Formats: sequence, C-alpha cells, structure tokens
Amino acid sequence: MTTTVLTKAPAVRSRTLHTFTAMMARDARVLRRNFVMSAVRIVIQPLLFVFVFAYVLPKVGGGGAGPGGEAFSTIMVPGLVGSSMVLQAMAAVTFPLVMELSGPGAIEDRALAPVSVRVLGLQKILSAVVEGLVAGVLVFPVVLLVHAQGQGPAVSVANWPMLVFVLLAGAVLAAAIGMYLATRIDPRQIQVLFTLVMFPAMMLGCVYFPWSSLDGTPWLQIAVLLNPMVYMNEGLRAVLTPQVGHMPTWAFLTALAVGAAGFVWLAMRSFARRVTQ
Amino acid sequence: MSGNLAIHADGLRKSYPGPGGAVEAVRGLSLSVPKGEFFGLLGPNGAGKSTTIGMLTTMARPSAGRAEICGLDVAADPVAVKRRIGVVAQDNTLDIELTVAENLEFRGRYFGLGRRAARARAHDLLALFGLTDRGRARVFELSGGQLKRVMIARALVHRPDVLFLDEPTAGLDPQSRLHLWDILRGLQADGQTILLTTHHMEEAETLCDRLAVIDHGRVLACDSAKALRDSIGAETVVTVVYQGGDFDLAAVHAMAHADRVEAADGQVRVFAKDADGVLSDLVALAAKAGLTVLDASQISPSLETVFLTLTGREFRE
Repeated sequence: MTTTVLTKAPAVRSRTLHTFTAMMARDARVLRRNFVMSAVRIVIQPLLFVFVFAYVLPKVGGGGAGPGGEAFSTIMVPGLVGSSMVLQAMAAVTFPLVMELSGPGAIEDRALAPVSVRVLGLQKILSAVVEGLVAGVLVFPVVLLVHAQGQGPAVSVANWPMLVFVLLAGAVLAAAIGMYLATRIDPRQIQVLFTLVMFPAMMLGCVYFPWSSLDGTPWLQIAVLLNPMVYMNEGLRAVLTPQVGHMPTWAFLTALAVGAAGFVWLAMRSFARRVTQ
Repeated sequence: MSGNLAIHADGLRKSYPGPGGAVEAVRGLSLSVPKGEFFGLLGPNGAGKSTTIGMLTTMARPSAGRAEICGLDVAADPVAVKRRIGVVAQDNTLDIELTVAENLEFRGRYFGLGRRAARARAHDLLALFGLTDRGRARVFELSGGQLKRVMIARALVHRPDVLFLDEPTAGLDPQSRLHLWDILRGLQADGQTILLTTHHMEEAETLCDRLAVIDHGRVLACDSAKALRDSIGAETVVTVVYQGGDFDLAAVHAMAHADRVEAADGQVRVFAKDADGVLSDLVALAAKAGLTVLDASQISPSLETVFLTLTGREFRE
C-alpha cells in the first residue's frame, strides 16, 4: 500500500453546489448511455397514438375530428406531450428510487456524499424534471408531424412565459409525486402503480379530450380534477392550442404552483425519513 | 473531548418502532477510538453492530446519547461528518448504472474533486487495488472479492479520516479474505483509523488493536484480544498422549502452573491459566518415566471462548 493513497492533500472544493452538479453530471451520463432505449420507450406510445388516430383512422374513413370539431391531432398535441412528460418525470424518479430504497443500503452511494439528505432529494427531483423535459422535446415533433394529409394539428405558442411555467411546474409536480410514491410504496406493488395510477391517469388525464368537453358529464369533470396530469395537459392546451376550449387559466396555474410546492414539501419530508432512519 | 479521538460515542441509543412496541437495537453504547487505531466491533447477529455503524456514519439518527467523529457531532453536523468518513457497507452499495471506474470517479466529484482530478484518483486507486483491468466493467460483472475491493477503494477516494467496514469479508472465499486483510493491514500501516465489525474471530484477532464485544446493544467488554482472553480467566489446555507405562501424576500435580489435572487412557491433560513451560515440563516428566510420547499439544483460549463466554451460546438467527 503506498502512502500517497492517504496522505495526498485532501480535496478542498467540497461545496454543496459542486456536489449537486456532480450528481446531475452522473445522471446525465446515465441518461446519455441509455438514450436510444429511453427515447424509443418514451416515443413509442405517442407515436402509435398519432399514427392510429391522426393517420390511419382518417385514411380508413374513421374521421379525424375530435371533441368540439377540432382536428383530433390538434387535441392530442398538448395531451400527448404533457402526459409523456408527466409519466417520464415520474418514472425517472420513482423506479430507481424504489429500487434504491428496497435494497439494503443502495441509496448510501449518494446519501454519503457531503450534502444534506434534502439536497439529495432536490437533486433527484431536478434530474427527473430534466428527463421530463427531454421527453417533451422528443414527443413534440412526433405528434406534430405524424398525420394524414389535411389532418395536421393547428399549433402555435400563444404565451411563451406561460409555456415555460407550465412545462417546469408540471414536470416538478410529476417528479415530486413520483418521489412521494417511491418513498411510500411497497416495492412488490410496483406493478399496481402502473395499473392503478399511471394507466388511469393517462386515460382520464384530458389527454385525448379537453377538460371543457366534459361539460355534459359534470361528475366526471369534477372527478378528473384529482388527476394532476389534467393541469399539465390543460395548461399546454391553453398555451399551444388556445382555440380549443380549456380549463380557466387561473385554475391550472394555481393547481400547478400549489401542487408542485406541496408535493415537493411532502416528498422531501418522506424521503428524508426513509433515508435517515 | 480529547482532540486525538477519531470516534467517540457516549450512551448511544437507537430504537425502532416494531409490531409489539419500540425495539431497542442499541442501548446505551459508549466507546472511544483514538486516531490511527484499528478497532473491531465483535458481536453476534442482531447485537446492534450495523445500527451502531449506521448512527456513527449519519445514516441513522440516534434516539438518545451522542456520537462524534473527529470531534464533530453526527446528529448536529452530518455533512461535515460525511466529509471525514468512508463507509464500506455489508451489502453491495455500488452505483449499478456506472462502470467500476466511474463509481470511483463520481465519488471523487461528489467530494469536490474536478473532473480530471477525479478521473486520475480513480485510476490510481484501481491500480493500487489490482483492479485496473476491471475499470470498464459493470458492477454486476465483478466477483465478491472484487466488489469489496471496489467498495473499499471508493470509500478511500476522498481520503477519509475514519474508515468504517461492516463485515467486509462476509461471504468471501479464503483467498479473497486474506487479500483483503493484507489491504486493511496496509491501510493501517499508513495510519488510517479503521472501525470494523465482524463475527469472524480470526479476523478480529489478527487485524484489530482493540475490540469491543457487543451484544443486545451494549458493550460487554472492550480491550485488546489478549487482554480479553486473560480477563475471562480461561485456561490453556496442555495434552500429552503417551504409551509404555504410567505417568507420575503426583509430580504433575506438583507442577507450579497446573491448576487442574485430568488423566485417562494414556493421556494426561493439564489446565493452566499461565501455561508457560507446562508442555516441556510434561514431556520431560514422560521422558524421566521412560514413556514414549505419541502426541503433545497446547490449546490456548481463543477469542471465540471469550466471545461465547460473554454473549452466551444460544443460537441466534
């Protein structure tokens, strides 16, 4: 054993921001390494959806109009981009964290880094937000470009600052919910998470229909408000396809802001309790 | 508190909520480890060893009492404590998404090294631990011994003041275990403070300067292996197997150190707390009586004797 292992000058730049950045760099490296498979996984579902509903069905005479007479492709753009981002941001934090918390000590790799446990939690949320945004960037061109002739979506950005806010707050909300679930769920129930949380959230998340089109079924219109994905999708709808009816602006902005702040607080508390027993 | 203590625990307690009320894993544990010492925590399963390490390494919050690493309180200043410690857990805690080299590199970066410095440090440590050709391997491709070496290398990336090892050789084959012992001895020779938990007696005896035998969350005894052996008053057993006549048992009883003598079927057995010279005296007596000595042996009380005396013999799972 050479003495240099122990006696070289110790590392000095041990600051929280440096550690935080290094953890983001670690996640970026893993994301880059798995990028092709992740991209395929993220894009396949929205791609098939627009392929069937905006290309195949109009071709075979099934029409291309969605609720309210707008082209179905127009309805689906905000819904598919929003839902892909929500699901990816959730998955990016939930699945690795469930594994880390179930195996003995696996979380220790980063829990022993010189930052507080809450900083580690925030880093995981931010990393998941980045993955959510990447998912949005991947899915957007797909849902914009795949359609039958004359069935193209009518999309334009009406309000850039609001777009940025909706994207960020929606991704933070999704990641925080993902972290909260990961700290509460029994790892054996991870399949249940798919069937009882993610799938219903997707089907009833105002992905394939705008919230305003539920006017005729008020009980459902109120029930879906429990689904956080609704606010992300309606927010994107308001910004990208304002000609389609959408939830009042104040409603989705409030829900996203309060929801994100509330779930980040809950998730941090629960995460810190799980990591430091 | 003395400035040369690497680890100091005082009345440390930890209870977890259990189905039948709170379970106390650690109940008032106190110990002090000076800098540079190789200290062992010896105890049966469920004695509280891992919980104690958890509290000393900030991964578990003490329910009561206090603990300090290099004078820093683990509960009040966990981030500063984390900068001073390296931890090798019992289970594989490597980052499975990264290669072996990346595991070391990113650990360095978490602890403030720049990208290039972290990569160089990872390279040096891999070379030192004989893992250079495994740098690009994924974690799941490693053998048990290699995994432990990577974990130790990773724990040393930021040159910690105190290295914690929780049962580092559990499940390793004898070759890997001996190799790991050599590594740990080398670290100790470099002045590294080490706290190791084990229930492997030979490991505790050959590596540790001092040992604390713990059970039911308390320190039962704490001293060097030799002092522990002496303290319980266990006797060395000296046995001579012979043929061709009878032993002069009166002379054996008269030997200075013989505390107790048993004789039967061509064997004489002497129990002595201080066994110096007993074996040679017995052989000389046999020669004097014209006997042929077939076998002569001396069994010193082992650390295992100490361990079982202190912790009891009942089976634990």
